[in-house]
Amino acid sequence: MDILENISQSLQNGEPDTVAELTGKALDDGVPVKELLHKGLLSGMEVVGERFKAHEIFLPDVLLAAKAMYAGMEVLKPLMVGEEAATSGTVVIGTVQGDLHDIGKNLVGIMLRGAGFNVVDLGKDVPPERFIEEAQRTGARVIGMSALLTTTMPVMGLVVNLARERGLLGKVKIIVGGAPLSDEYAQQIGADAYCFDGMNAVDCVKGFLGIN
Amino acid sequence: MRPTLRFLTDELINKIVDEARSLLASLGVEIHNDSVLSMLADHGARVDMEGHHAWLTDDIIDRALKTAPASFKLYDTLGNEAVNLAGYESNFTPGSTAINILDQDGKLSRRPVADDYVRYAKLMTGMHHIASQSTAMMPTDVHEKISDSYRLYLSLMFCEKPVITGTFTIEAFEIMKDLQLAVRGTAGELAAKPLTVFSACPTSPLKWSDVTSQNLVDCANWSIPVEYISMPLSGFMAPVTLVGSLIQHTAETLSGLAISQLTKPGAPVLYGGSPAVFDLRYETTPMGDVGTMMQDCAYNEIGKYLNLPTQAYIGLSDAKLLDAQAGLETSMGATLAVLAGINNISGPGMLDFESCFSLEKLVVDNEICGMTFRMAKGIEPRDDFPSQPLFEELIAEQHLLIADHTLRHLKDEVFFPGPSIDRANRSRWKEEGGRTLFKRANSEVDRIIAEYTPARLSDDVTAELTRLMETEARRHGMDKLPEVN
Ligand code: B1M
Repeated sequence: MDILENISQSLQNGEPDTVAELTGKALDDGVPVKELLHKGLLSGMEVVGERFKAHEIFLPDVLLAAKAMYAGMEVLKPLMVGEEAATSGTVVIGTVQGDLHDIGKNLVGIMLRGAGFNVVDLGKDVPPERFIEEAQRTGARVIGMSALLTTTMPVMGLVVNLARERGLLGKVKIIVGGAPLSDEYAQQIGADAYCFDGMNAVDCVKGFLGIN
Repeated sequence: MRPTLRFLTDELINKIVDEARSLLASLGVEIHNDSVLSMLADHGARVDMEGHHAWLTDDIIDRALKTAPASFKLYDTLGNEAVNLAGYESNFTPGSTAINILDQDGKLSRRPVADDYVRYAKLMTGMHHIASQSTAMMPTDVHEKISDSYRLYLSLMFCEKPVITGTFTIEAFEIMKDLQLAVRGTAGELAAKPLTVFSACPTSPLKWSDVTSQNLVDCANWSIPVEYISMPLSGFMAPVTLVGSLIQHTAETLSGLAISQLTKPGAPVLYGGSPAVFDLRYETTPMGDVGTMMQDCAYNEIGKYLNLPTQAYIGLSDAKLLDAQAGLETSMGATLAVLAGINNISGPGMLDFESCFSLEKLVVDNEICGMTFRMAKGIEPRDDFPSQPLFEELIAEQHLLIADHTLRHLKDEVFFPGPSIDRANRSRWKEEGGRTLFKRANSEVDRIIAEYTPARLSDDVTAELTRLMETEARRHGMDKLPEVN
């Protein structure tokens, strides 16, 4: 088997040590960093995502694969420059003010991290202003909000309005999720997308950032 | 003999409780409410105010267990006894606080409005196997700050049954308590005849938020019963093993018990919960999972062992429609719950992970509840020994349709479900329109609502309830409440 395929396979099996070792070996053999990243690590993660969506594998398998991907990334990191280092962007996430439900939001965070994004998690009960401040401070490309109560959903609209006032709309994409949310509601408040689960959020963020 | 179900031996229960107690003493519990932490410190708990943490010793748990009542009753709006939460007595209440309602076409789910809520409350008056109402959904045509109190208001106005409810915020407690005082007249009367139960949820793992811990204190101070709704999500936010999740559930529930009982010894409480075995494929919290149901029954056994009345979210479904999955999950849960003797069974009417309520499902579930009650009565000998005279009669007459024995025992022995359950032969079923379960249930919904007789609260009380609610609405900038009738 070709070493890139080997790396991808070990990543799919959730074997961090093997992935790190093979990544090191491939570097020694002169495989370019970009190729290792895209054809070894990210392509392996892509397969994992597809298999999860098809219900062939479970959430723990995805998280183990993500761990293996990070082990490979650690080896590549010192050599990554410019464009490669910035393959993924920053996503600021949080559960809106008044709402303490954070399980779904946490899961979305885990999945986004697993897909290679830098996630800034503001926690729960987050005031509107905080989303905007953190997005500006970190140069985030996406703000993600979660709400599980019909009574706290309206806070999401306030955040979108604030983003508009600060001239962030368009530059920063806004995604929303949680049991009472829907496509229609997201449109109504001017958010860019509604995401129905963690994997859907990953796909959505990738779409916004032009990552296949 | 009442048939009963057990999943745990006393030995295993002891081990689980001991383990939970030692977690509370060693890891402690996070409590984001300074006055609750101070109160616990006053009772000898070690607390870290900055870290929002309390460690609960065996002595504190023992005191809480000693003062918590082993049973209590709920009374309807007129003051009549309606629900007995004791021993192995099971009572049903509809699932609570849905985000959506299944529309009358049986397919679409949409946001409920006040009119839907009123139809629900009227329908509840005809659900004879469901002893209490719950604030089953959130009307969305009122300001969100009053949507929790407004549903209690509508329930009290339109249905006499006691109400299983809860607040979304600390502030909403005040109006929800005042509405109850308006019905009962005085605080003493409300304490003597509880009208509601408030759900209060710890956050797994081992955490109480400012809102829910304050709810415990407020309810205890007014002797309003609470049910602790601990929700370990096995495999995600709790151990994947059922025993591991039960240890977590026990620790979280005992910590709630300590807050209530130290606030006011003797405060009425239900040892409740809504655990779920997390579905690691779909990222969901299935109420219809068999392990979820087993946990419900098992922690109820722990509650009984600790001499406390119990509650569970069981007898509901994750299906999106009133389909076969809805029937199988609901009836499996309801059957297990009654066999286990859970005292307050929250479930009927609910679909879609506790997010969608269906009036038609409520009608069908009411029949399921009736069937389980029949089952719980068990098999008892009546005039069955000696049997020879009855068989002589049968041989002579060739039937027992009008035998004294039949007439005497028919009503007690046989449970006849309502018309939503199909018992016709195929030809008659076709003759009567060949209707689906949903259509039959839908006709029942319409019939019962059409035959509704208004709740009998006095005009003075209803006027006071309306005054209180209108004042609360105005406080949030709403000049008028929706027109309902
Ligand atoms: C950033 O971008 C994105 C993208 C996608 C995003 C996203 C963000 N956020 C979510 N997604 C999406 O991806 C996630 C992963 O697949 C998914 O997230 P979910 O969160 O949907 O899924 C999770 C993985 C699993 N699901 C969950 O974790 C939620 C399950 C249910 C049962 C639930 C739970 C567990 C809890 N609760 Co609460 N709770 C319910 C829930 C019922 C339901 N049907 O949702 C709901 C939401 N709760 C409700 C209520 C009433 C309450 N709860 C409360 C408390 C709690 C617990 C603390 C016990 C616990 C939360 C623990 C925690 N740390 O989060 C109280 C609220 C306090 C407050 N101010 O927030 C309280 C008010 C109860 C009380 N009286 O104390 C109801 C809301 C009713 C309404 N009309 O609004 C409710 C529908 C249950 C019910 N029928 O009563 C997707 O939605």
